[in-house]
Order: sequence, then structure tokens, then C-alpha cells
Amino acid sequence: MRLLTHNMLSSNIKGVTNGFPLRIEAEKVVEKTVEMNADFLKKMFEKIQWKAFIDASRAMGYTELPEEVDPTTLESDEFLSKFHHALLELHLEEGALVCPETGRRFPVNKGIPNMLLHEDEV
Amino acid sequence: MKLKQLESLLGDLQQFSQPKIELEQYPTGPHITSRMLYTAENSFGDVSNKVVADFGCGCGTLGVAAALLSAEHVVGIDIDPESLEIAALNAEELELYLDFIQSNVMDLEWRGQIFDTVVMNPPFGTRQKGVDMDFLHVALKVASQAVYSLHKTSTRDHVKRVAMRDFNAASAEVLCELRYDVPKLYKFHKKKEVDIAVDLWRFVPASH
Repeated sequence: MRLLTHNMLSSNIKGVTNGFPLRIEAEKVVEKTVEMNADFLKKMFEKIQWKAFIDASRAMGYTELPEEVDPTTLESDEFLSKFHHALLELHLEEGALVCPETGRRFPVNKGIPNMLLHEDEV
Repeated sequence: MKLKQLESLLGDLQQFSQPKIELEQYPTGPHITSRMLYTAENSFGDVSNKVVADFGCGCGTLGVAAALLSAEHVVGIDIDPESLEIAALNAEELELYLDFIQSNVMDLEWRGQIFDTVVMNPPFGTRQKGVDMDFLHVALKVASQAVYSLHKTSTRDHVKRVAMRDFNAASAEVLCELRYDVPKLYKFHKKKEVDIAVDLWRFVPASH
């Protein structure tokens, strides 16, 4: 699972009101290189929740992203390549996503989060 | 990529080894899939450089097709772990990186209209009534540009009415009618192969 997916997803347990972002427990992270698309990154930057994204990238062991960003940051190629790497090249292979409100763990195996709910959580 | 080439690549994908009838698991064939995604890309520009979801992805055929047509990020969602395992292998075989999530499509919580496009071949609701419309309801909430979906032609009026009236779609259009050949997968199938008429729909969600 890439951090882009993580940034889109909330905890889905019944009754949870602040289910975003899911906390990441990383046991194994893999890197897979893909071509960079600057226009796509600029578009995604508008949609990404930055704070959640930085915290997630740190949980994955990547600490290169700046805390503060503004629209001019997007003009920097160096920034874009770091953003690209964290957003699309890091994959959570083994670990868990944890609901920030209830602490419920959703395991991630072979890169696939298991978000199936128990009967009393639907 | 040419249509023929897309169809041929999709023809090599692995499909359900032991399909589960309760989930209405039928493979989406390379013919239908290639036309669906090719139209989405070439007539509407809804695939390349986009964030795409494949709802009820099964073995990942639609999602893989989207990735082959240069979708920037594809997420496949399915409730069945065995299908997802095959889907992941299919993607790997073609050196594509797709994300997969194991979940009931209706149970996931997304942060608004975060996808550009949703593509899906939902269960037709013959086992669990109305499930295709449940899928569509979620798709129209999370897509910002378009939803492509297959529904039985016999339900055309119903699909249009519900999409426009209840799900607040800005438009609902049948792009073409296709023959969906259902191979004899399950014991209760009497005939060797059955053709059913399905509509390829394009829905435009209301902008929020």
C-alpha cells in the first residue's frame, strides 16, 4: 500500500468520528521506482492532507519531507522528487493500520490491508 | 496502446480458480474490459494520469487495464482474499504497481471525492438484491469525474432513475450494449455458456 492510498482512507468502524488518519505500524517497507509525473504531483498536492502525509512518511522511515510547505515549494524539483518518492514509491508491505480513536488494528500482509469489519463494528 | 494490444494482454490474466457464487464471481472478459477502459480513456480522458478505483475488483482485470492505460494510481477493493492474491499476481506479472484493499466496498470510509474515476463490474444483484446499486451509490460519492459500470440491460430504466434521483448523478448515459458471455462456472448452470445483455454506463457525479 502506497501513502497516497493511506492519505485517502479513514477508519470505518461504526461510531468513530475522527477516523483520520490511520496510524501506521511499519514492519516492512519496500521501495519500487516509478517515473515521476510533475503535473500529477501538483494536482495531488491540493488533495493531500500534508500533516497526515508527513507523519505517515516518518512512520515508514522517510524523514526528508519539510514540515511546512507553500505553493512556491512546488516549483522546486528537489522537493517534487521527494514528494514523488514518499507518495508513490514507498509501499507498506507488512505491518498494520491503527484506528486513531479506538486503537483497533487492521493488519497489512503482502501489501494488502485487511479492512474487514467484525459484525459489531458495522 | 492499441485496443487489440490491450485486449491481448488482458487475455493472459489469471482468473478465479474456484469462483464463489455467493459473491457472484464472474470474470470480466478481455473483450468487455478492453472496450470499457479504452472508451473511458480515448473518448473521455478519464484514465491516464488519473487516480482510479476498481470496486469489487476480483482478479483485478479492470484495474490492471486502467494501469496499462497509464492511470497514475489504481486501488482495487474486494472482500475476497483469494481473489486479491490472484489480482496482486496479475499486476506483478505485468510489472504494474496497484494497491489492493480487502474490504466490503460499502464499508470503507474515504476522504471525500478523492478518486477521479471509478471503474467496476459489480455483482449484478441476483444473489444479493440491489448490491449493484449499493456499489454505484458509493462510487458516485468518491469519484470526482466519472463512474464506469456494467449493469444488466433489463435493469436500464431502474438504474437511470435511481442514479439521477437518489444518487444525485449529474448524468447517466449508456455508452453501449455488450454481450457478457457467462461460461459454465457453477453446477446450477444448465447450459454450457449463456450470453446476457449488459449496458456499459458512464455516470458523472454531482460536484460537491
